[in-house]
Amino acid sequence: MRQFTGKSVYKGIVLGKVSVLRKQDDQVRRKKIEDAEAEIKKVEAATDKAKEQLQKLYEKALKEVGEANAAIFEVHQMMLEDDDYLDSIYNMIRTQLVNASYVVAVTGDNFAQMFAGMDDDYMKARAADIKDISNRLIRILEGSGEAELSSGQPSIIVADDLSPSETVQMDKDKILALVTVHGSTNSHTAILARTMNIPALIGVPLNLEEIQDGMTAVVDGFKGEVTFEPDEELCAQTRIKVEEEQEKRCLLESLKGQESITADGRKVHLYANIGSVSDVGYVLENDAEGIGLFRSEFLYLGRDSFPTEEEQFHAYKQVAQTMAGKKVIIRTLDIGADKQVDYFNLGKEDNPAMGYRAIRICLKQPDIFKAQLRALLRAAVFGNISIMYPMITSEEEVEKIYEIVGAVENELDEQGIPYRHPEQGVMIETPAAVMVSDELAGMVDFFSIGTNDLTQYTLAIDRQNEKLDDFYNPHHKAVLRMIRLVVENAHKHGKWAGICGELGADLSLTKEFVCMGVDELSVAPSMVLKIRKAIRDTDTSAK
Amino acid sequence: MKKFIYTIKDEVGIHARPAGLLVKEAKKYSSKIVLHKDGKTAEAGKLMAVMGLGVKCGQTVEVEIVGEDEEAAYEAMKDFFEKNL
Repeated sequence: MRQFTGKSVYKGIVLGKVSVLRKQDDQVRRKKIEDAEAEIKKVEAATDKAKEQLQKLYEKALKEVGEANAAIFEVHQMMLEDDDYLDSIYNMIRTQLVNASYVVAVTGDNFAQMFAGMDDDYMKARAADIKDISNRLIRILEGSGEAELSSGQPSIIVADDLSPSETVQMDKDKILALVTVHGSTNSHTAILARTMNIPALIGVPLNLEEIQDGMTAVVDGFKGEVTFEPDEELCAQTRIKVEEEQEKRCLLESLKGQESITADGRKVHLYANIGSVSDVGYVLENDAEGIGLFRSEFLYLGRDSFPTEEEQFHAYKQVAQTMAGKKVIIRTLDIGADKQVDYFNLGKEDNPAMGYRAIRICLKQPDIFKAQLRALLRAAVFGNISIMYPMITSEEEVEKIYEIVGAVENELDEQGIPYRHPEQGVMIETPAAVMVSDELAGMVDFFSIGTNDLTQYTLAIDRQNEKLDDFYNPHHKAVLRMIRLVVENAHKHGKWAGICGELGADLSLTKEFVCMGVDELSVAPSMVLKIRKAIRDTDTSAK
Repeated sequence: MKKFIYTIKDEVGIHARPAGLLVKEAKKYSSKIVLHKDGKTAEAGKLMAVMGLGVKCGQTVEVEIVGEDEEAAYEAMKDFFEKNL
């Protein structure tokens, strides 16, 4: 039994036979040639052929892994049209009178090195793309085939590294898992493995010489481990885990496209919580029906000046468009407390959780607030955006917010900038807001209950303090009664109420929430299908 | 000569795909279109050079256009940056 650890890029587990992808030695020999122009003609023909192959790969990838992942083969085609790359090849052939394959190999290395030397992980990973297109050209020039897998059986593919085209070319039904010695989490291999739902480990320190085709191995993406020649005990354990995983996945997959509706026909809106534009992919992948909490803080964190209105507008618009008409509830900035940003100059506070944060900053420094509101109102034209205000404690705060929104709308009208007046709601996360929720419900379009802060404020327990763990009961009656009260008050005014805090994803409470009449649950994307199942298993008429 | 300055808003900067689209757009015009960033330059019609600038989100590029159809190229480039980057 030999065990190695690597970086897991897709969590899954599998037991199977190994198939080693040994690349033909792409070492090409340097040969003198006589006729430079004839050699250049060969390169031109090879380039055309390569572009043709890439077009086919693009079409295959489009069907199997989607447009976003297929796009790389379009980029490969464009790289093959790059003037600098081609000129470098042609020049070297003309000046040194050497064979095309050798020149392509040298040029490929030079360009790959340029990318490998950049200080950006994404660009570093592009060195693999240059090598991929160069190797493709060399294979065509040399008339050699692609690296092939020896086994026709579904197997665990072990390789030094996989180029994007190798990954896509493989027959998906024949891949149980991918294990590579090199590669980065930004590589296409990693991205494709995730899209194809195949367990994959990268950066595994293996010596390929010691691994033979047909060996048995276990790839455990949860632990990031690969075990060659596992003992009987590990094999047995793995078989059980594989079965469990399969059952789970089948169940969840079967829930995609289904409605989040109880056995007795009550519909619950099931949305996802996200914290950046790139999370939208997970929202769609997990079939959430909308975004119930889009934390806008990411726009403000990790930088040293305020984001401009344009920058924000661009981000909101992108999300609204990607969600194509599905609801996107964006929470205005919730900086302060545990999220500190230097350029806000908030100053030190003795009790930051109860201090200068969220809507309080927005109302005290309306310039910051106005820039965000302008961006939101403008972006609302491009999709189904709603705005949600955090940390509300009183009706007066909502009135002040509306005054500012009104002023912003007047400005936009005067400037002739298109915008849409969106739905507006408030987070219910202070006991004060719960107690005045009857009045608040008359002023807003919806409530979203933030259970994390509501629990901490209601129980007066700091959740970061471990000493208090024994006193902390997330299912405390006080909190559950507050939720019930908020939902009742919302319904009294014909408004809807949802939950976007951690309790919303607590499977042991789903039934209780649905019975209370909670209209919406917004949870982490990975929890969406599990909650959908819990909703579908609920019968509110059976007590 | 025409030029404009643009701050990249796309989260991952000028990555492979928009760089590819930029090259396609730039090649439609006969004008010479050059991107400047921190003293480095790249012709907009050259994919690897554009990617090689390594422009990230929040960074600023200057786009310079010289040639017969510079008016049209200027409008097209401005529009392209605003829509895609």
